[in-house]
Amino acid sequence: MQLTVWTYEGPPHVGAMRIAMSMRDVHYVLHAPQGDTYADLLFTMIERDAVRPPVTYTTFQARDLGGDTANLFQDAARDAFARFRPSAMLVGASCTAELIQDDPGGLAKALALPIPVIPLELPAYSKKENWGASETFYQVVRTLAAPPTPIPARAPRAVGTRPSCNLLGPTSLGFRNRDDIVEVRRLLDTLGVDVRVVAPLGAAPADIARLGEADFNVVLYPEIAQTAAAWLKRTYGQPTVTTVPIGVGATRDFIAEIGRVAGIDAARVAETSRLPWYSRSVDSTYLTGKRVYIFGDATHVIAAARIASEELGFAVVGLGTYSRELARDVRAVADRLGVAALITDDYLEVESTIAELAPELVLGTQMERHIAKRLGVPCAVISAPVHVQDFPARYSPQMGPEGANVIFDTWVHPLMMGLEEHLLQLFKDDFEFGNGATPSHLGHGSGVATAGAPVVAAAAAAEPIVAEPIVAAPVVATPVSVPVSSPAATPADGARWTPDAERELGKIPFFVRGKARRNTERYAAEQGVASISVETLYDAKAHFGR
Amino acid sequence: MTAIALPVLPTDAPVLRERGQREVFCGLTGIVWLHRKMQDAFFLVVGSRTCAHLIQSAAGVMIFAEPRFATAILGERDLAGLADCNDELDRVVGQLLARRPDITTLFLVGSCPSEVIKLDLSRAAERLTSRFFPDVRVLNYSGSGIETTFTQGEDACLRSMVPVLPAAPAGEKSLLVVGTLADVVEDQFTRIFDDLGIGPVRYFPPRRARELPAVGPETVAILAQPFLGDTARALLGRGVRVLPASYPVGVDGTLAWLSAVAAEWLVPEHAVARATAAPLRRGRAAVARYRDRLDGKRIFFFPDSQLEIPLARFVQQELGMELVEVGTPYLDRTYIEADLAQLAPGTTVSEGQHVDRQLDRCRAARPDLTVCGLGLANPLEAEGLRTKWSIELVFSPIHGFDQAGDLAELFARPLDRSARLVV
Repeated sequence: MQLTVWTYEGPPHVGAMRIAMSMRDVHYVLHAPQGDTYADLLFTMIERDAVRPPVTYTTFQARDLGGDTANLFQDAARDAFARFRPSAMLVGASCTAELIQDDPGGLAKALALPIPVIPLELPAYSKKENWGASETFYQVVRTLAAPPTPIPARAPRAVGTRPSCNLLGPTSLGFRNRDDIVEVRRLLDTLGVDVRVVAPLGAAPADIARLGEADFNVVLYPEIAQTAAAWLKRTYGQPTVTTVPIGVGATRDFIAEIGRVAGIDAARVAETSRLPWYSRSVDSTYLTGKRVYIFGDATHVIAAARIASEELGFAVVGLGTYSRELARDVRAVADRLGVAALITDDYLEVESTIAELAPELVLGTQMERHIAKRLGVPCAVISAPVHVQDFPARYSPQMGPEGANVIFDTWVHPLMMGLEEHLLQLFKDDFEFGNGATPSHLGHGSGVATAGAPVVAAAAAAEPIVAEPIVAAPVVATPVSVPVSSPAATPADGARWTPDAERELGKIPFFVRGKARRNTERYAAEQGVASISVETLYDAKAHFGR
Repeated sequence: MTAIALPVLPTDAPVLRERGQREVFCGLTGIVWLHRKMQDAFFLVVGSRTCAHLIQSAAGVMIFAEPRFATAILGERDLAGLADCNDELDRVVGQLLARRPDITTLFLVGSCPSEVIKLDLSRAAERLTSRFFPDVRVLNYSGSGIETTFTQGEDACLRSMVPVLPAAPAGEKSLLVVGTLADVVEDQFTRIFDDLGIGPVRYFPPRRARELPAVGPETVAILAQPFLGDTARALLGRGVRVLPASYPVGVDGTLAWLSAVAAEWLVPEHAVARATAAPLRRGRAAVARYRDRLDGKRIFFFPDSQLEIPLARFVQQELGMELVEVGTPYLDRTYIEADLAQLAPGTTVSEGQHVDRQLDRCRAARPDLTVCGLGLANPLEAEGLRTKWSIELVFSPIHGFDQAGDLAELFARPLDRSARLVV
């Protein structure tokens, strides 16, 4: 039993959902109780997906437990096939269904559906989300890309044809995966390499069946695709490119590895990222030796450590990951940098480590962003778990030349703002800087307004039930920038606030309080009210209502 | 409009009962607002990683360093032996309370896995109370998805507190308002009750779990939320009388709700009219501002919080909207009749859910506004339907006269936005 406040990863069946949602023509029938459908909103809200995840939940209840939950599962699978007509079906159990041991795989097989049915065994009490995604992708590949026996010998590539590869690993809810694919495709095209299949993101079962046709595989996210790529290597003899092209140096290494594996001359590809010059320009001198702490999934932490130390001239003071499966690789990086690696999924441990190390910049997940905000340290997000902000409208990859540009801007920007913060401190007594002014990167008032919060909070954070909004409540806060002038209970030439009314005003969220005060005083002046009571406050609210 | 309690009529309109996939949260989600309301309480879910992930995804309150809720995540070893599981729970609770000396009440919250492995949390709560009381009282309830839907979590939580509410002094008639309300709404109601000479008034849940409201045979309770049937029945067991009334949603609902209490205290009608005149006038004016935009518009409620029936009554009566379907996850008729009886005859009320079939009905009906959960809203928007997130209706203060206009605005905003956008 583990006491957990926040968790970096969901359960393994959420990983399976990410694979199902990534693909086309696949449906996942999940044996699960009511409530597990919460996971749908990760996709529809965080990623703003315009379609529901292709998942059917059996929704069993307590009263079903003594009875026939197996039948319930079979009905759900049969109905899902009839309604959605997928080309392949994933079947499995969430944590509760695992305990009742209904064997979804066997039950689905008994239905004899005319499509491949892929049973998933995802132990919910020992494994987590990325493991579940990796295992699901592996099972999908094994089932759908199973070769004929005997495997036909690989014919050498015909002269004059371009080498080809598959891109493996990008998924729904992955950190900037959508844009990374575009960038890596562009890079490979420049190199003269064709991309046959990208999987799982955007792939249909028929595409998975073609994986063996490519000359080699590129693993963009080892957390998801390492296992499947190893199987493809064993089965089809396809080599695997393992360098993850995040950062200028890693992109160069990636190009070189592609050249070796594809047997092409890759040296002619010109450097296109601005990062090297920007980093060498004198303006960047102030970045030198900035103390940075890094935490996230293994892929992004390893990449970030190299960029921070080699390409931006930061001092990495510590790093860590929640990806236990890749802990060894992260430890190796930490050893090279002479710092300790923290391998944990305990958020509080990460927080205390950051507090102790007192870095000047945190590169982390949305969780570290909150830690950094509380500690008043600048932060840039580099890794999942994701938040709606991690799906920007603009093109914003992490990989390749453009990815390096994006990373330069994203990491350096909070530090620029750090300078602004310094100036604010310096000039805080200046009349133009109200004491409510905060550095712009910390958002308005650094709390509720930028509430970093998954989904429901997007609805709820602005006005939690005890936030006591009075002013016609902007429920999803559009934070009104209110210079918080020192509260004068008596305006120079206006009505006087009664203590009750003043207290009531205090219950209004700070970011609209100033507006409420001004409106009420304006209303009192217009109505010739000399003393502002609680009633006047509400009358004014009604008067000015949206 | 006269200030009389609305008649409570039995309703025999047919209800469409559905069984299938439910796109509704489980009762654990109630922790999101309960922990904010009772600031000295801690909620420890005994469950799986899914439970922890659900609450953090739904709550999104990561801005707090250390929230007053957590999950004791069951591991393989806990499943292997229940005796060890109890030892482990005691260890985790000890660890938690050592870390948080500010906590006076700890709720052990049961989940689907803890129910299925039959981990007896009531015995654990007794055992831990005997160890930590009087510093900390340990209570337990189930928020599991196999037994509770969304707001039933609050019902189960309050129900667990009823046996430990102190006994009210004999001869003291008091009012108990049951159901989580925003503090500001409680204050508004308190002022009106003061004006009417009604008191003492106590709220349940209280703002501090340590300051439990006293109850007894002379306590009169009124429900402020429509999902508290089990709590109400437990209060009956303490001798409390529960007044039937419409819920205080919208101007009419609030007036009927207050009037039911006033009638119990024998407050004359003219006194009620006087005490409510100003907020009633404001509320009507605020609602009227949106009526033009919503009058005649067709609305479809997917099941979510059990607030659907009072909300449907409000949008129909006060905003002139036409009800296409009113879905509720669970229909406990005992405490919803007053609102249910006011829905227009022939209104389709559905209980439970088969989400695919309900989506078929919704698409066929093409309502002007669909009230639904976060898993459905964007997909329906993408199909050209305008939606309102139902969860906003749970998290926003919507009760009382002075929130009626805000509530109307929540329904008007998606249509307003749609009218503005030319992209």
